[in-house]
Amino acid sequence: MFGFGGGTSSYEEITETDVVLLWGSNAREAHPIFFHHLLRGIDNGAAMYAVDPRRTSSAEFADVWLGLDVGTDIALANTVAREIIAQGLHNRSFIEHATTGFDDYAASVEPFTLDEGERLTGVPAEAIAEMAHAYATAPRAQILWTLGITEHHTAVENVLSLCNLALLTGHVGRWGSGLVPLRGQNNVQGGGDMGALPDRLPGFQLLSDPQVRARYESTWGCELNPIPGKHLTLMFDAMEEGELRALYVIGENPADSEANVAHARKLLEGLDLLVVQDISLTRTARMADVVLPAAAGWASSEGTVTSSERRVQRVRAAVPPQGDARDDVRIISELASHMGVQWTATSAHELWDEMRSLSPLHGGMSWERLEASGGLQWPCPHEDHPGAEFLHSWLWEPGLDGHAPAPFSTVVHRPPAEALSEQFPLRLTTGRVLDSYNTGAQSAGYSSPIRSGDAIEVSPADAAQLEIVEGDTVRVSSPRGSVDMEVHVTDRLPTGLVFTTFHFPDLVDANLLTNDAWDPRSGTAEFKAAAVRIDPLRDGASRQAVAAGGAGG
Amino acid sequence: MNPAEPNTQTAVTLSIDGREVTVPEGQTILAACTAAGVETPTICWAPNLTPVNVCRVCVVELEGSRTLVPACSRPVEAGMQISTDSERVRHSRRMVLEFLGSANDLSQASEIADWSRHYGADPARYDAPCSDDGSPGSTAGGEAGLEPERVDEPVRIQDDLYIRAYDRCVLCYKCVEACGDDAQHTFAIAVAGRGFDARIRTEYDTELPESACVYCGNCVAVCPTGALQFRTEFDLRAVGEWRPDDQTVTRTVCSYCGVGCNLELHVQDERIVKVTSPADHSVTNGHLCIKGRFGWEYVHAPAFEPPSTDTAER
Repeated sequence: MFGFGGGTSSYEEITETDVVLLWGSNAREAHPIFFHHLLRGIDNGAAMYAVDPRRTSSAEFADVWLGLDVGTDIALANTVAREIIAQGLHNRSFIEHATTGFDDYAASVEPFTLDEGERLTGVPAEAIAEMAHAYATAPRAQILWTLGITEHHTAVENVLSLCNLALLTGHVGRWGSGLVPLRGQNNVQGGGDMGALPDRLPGFQLLSDPQVRARYESTWGCELNPIPGKHLTLMFDAMEEGELRALYVIGENPADSEANVAHARKLLEGLDLLVVQDISLTRTARMADVVLPAAAGWASSEGTVTSSERRVQRVRAAVPPQGDARDDVRIISELASHMGVQWTATSAHELWDEMRSLSPLHGGMSWERLEASGGLQWPCPHEDHPGAEFLHSWLWEPGLDGHAPAPFSTVVHRPPAEALSEQFPLRLTTGRVLDSYNTGAQSAGYSSPIRSGDAIEVSPADAAQLEIVEGDTVRVSSPRGSVDMEVHVTDRLPTGLVFTTFHFPDLVDANLLTNDAWDPRSGTAEFKAAAVRIDPLRDGASRQAVAAGGAGG
Repeated sequence: MNPAEPNTQTAVTLSIDGREVTVPEGQTILAACTAAGVETPTICWAPNLTPVNVCRVCVVELEGSRTLVPACSRPVEAGMQISTDSERVRHSRRMVLEFLGSANDLSQASEIADWSRHYGADPARYDAPCSDDGSPGSTAGGEAGLEPERVDEPVRIQDDLYIRAYDRCVLCYKCVEACGDDAQHTFAIAVAGRGFDARIRTEYDTELPESACVYCGNCVAVCPTGALQFRTEFDLRAVGEWRPDDQTVTRTVCSYCGVGCNLELHVQDERIVKVTSPADHSVTNGHLCIKGRFGWEYVHAPAFEPPSTDTAER
């Protein structure tokens, strides 16, 4: 945010903060060891407000659980802002010093009174007011979020609505205060940092900047295409248009992980060429024309990954790759060689040195420093720099240290893309559980005693109304498909909301149901909000999963 | 560390075995001993847990103190005169080690075994019945009822991840602390019972998979006696194939979420046999979750056969 795609704070800071807003995140299960730091903060006296439609295992540790309706995050954030402003609790001197656009922003949130907030979000006005006051008056406060914020068709606006709260109160750019998106994969931060974004080069440098391009061109000895590529969702659009005919997939399983997955599978099947490089024969790999077996990078390769606190850390080879599997770097280098390019830098160490010569954020992170330390946090521009514990301290410097002021963003509340209807009256949301991970390519390999498989979680009131009980098999249908699932009744859910995971796609093809409406700015689909119906299955009916068009799952 | 708060710690000077040692205020006698190069036996202490002061094996003699004091939790004070190797200290440490060894199977507690040798502890002298005057080691035979008692518990194997062998448990509380507010905050286990019958138990002694346990394995990682043991280690020991001297330990980063937990992969014969985390790493403090601790088996799945549970048909 404010120029870099990274969380502002170090984990250690949360142990010394005063107020935590855990927003759209079940970190207790999805980021368990970060949650240890958060628990230490709570033990040290921090108050936690958990904003989540579900009363999650994280929410159990909160002072207040704000169980908002799915997809009303902007309405809630705007109500919090309006209450802070109405009570005069905003940080006027910080706003004056470091921001622009406050007046327009204040006008935009004016309609979001506490009563209106309660009406839009379902959260009691008193709870919203309490959170607003606690956040605004805390000496230090952090907002943490994960996919509950970003897996919506308003993903970017959701994030901006939270950034607004930090600007309003000055809870950013200081030790203990910050904005922290918890990263879901061990190197999703590093991937973005390294330029695995359509419009960026390593270190978040803009591809469109001719000076930046010139430096890369001179090092790489070739000309760079200045036109940004496509993110994943646009690639699927291009497949649909017939414009994209060949796909090289590395370490991703879109045939299981995409929303409205039946549609995604059809597009993948229609490609002229599908190449998959992965550690196991995922569903996507089984569809491929060519499969390149890859070594498990974290256990069989040398390299680095970057965490949610921007910490670059070494991974090291401990065991040999299985069978014919090879290191990713070796596979890609050999492909390049077959295409007639002989790369000279092929070891992780050489590649790292080349990258840090081009990315100012990483310039000071020598391989030797990474080896010797427990990791270094970017930005780390030179070798005497200790690495940055938190970002954006310039917001508090005289003259903003030469930066442009941080803009408030006016964000409009828009409900989920798919409205509930008579035919599909229940809201389905998806998420992760503690012992499993994504589509199971890794986590299905071990025998977890607490594994429950993918059930459909239903509130007691809905279960009673549908006349279903724990363990029943039901057919869950959305406009895109139907999946038969076992029922788990839980009072963690409010009436009208149902929940499932997506960790066992070969058993329960949950993404047949999810909505592929997506945010054009982030490319993220609205996994968190589909409209569904639940029909009890009669005795003897066999379980199945079908797409609405009839294609089996 | 918070850059806004300057380091205000003052230094404290004390004497350990006649030598002056200076350490920051607030540190323990144990830390001062370590700084002075004096090794101290510990059982219930760990660098990433709050001391609970139960094992008493780290006691030292403090001039002016009626009783011996636990080094692991007593903060240093200026001018303290500490003796770590007096006859009183050695005798006390030897007795603690002998009592534990007389009641528990410590065959897999290598550190305790080393200290027992160091102090000449001989738990076997309690094996013979007591004499009439209660002194141990008499071969004259004793009265019925004075037979030495040992903790007798069957090994509990209730899942594929770790086992519990409470005949090895010395009730050091480390597992309870790691499960509780020192790390995991799950509170799945506590000490139940009194006296010799005290045991670590889940709620109502329910089987582990039905308990509150979330299988982070942080209790296993801190257990000093092998009472809690990863299943991989237990199974290899059972066939005589657990060979720590042949294992390499490689530090890397977990493959799951984006927190960046450092893992130490213990590898024997090219296979991962145990996963730990360094207690001094700022991200984990030595603690992991179920995925990081146990979710590595796919690395050894036969190349390009999908994991078995992933393909089961229903």
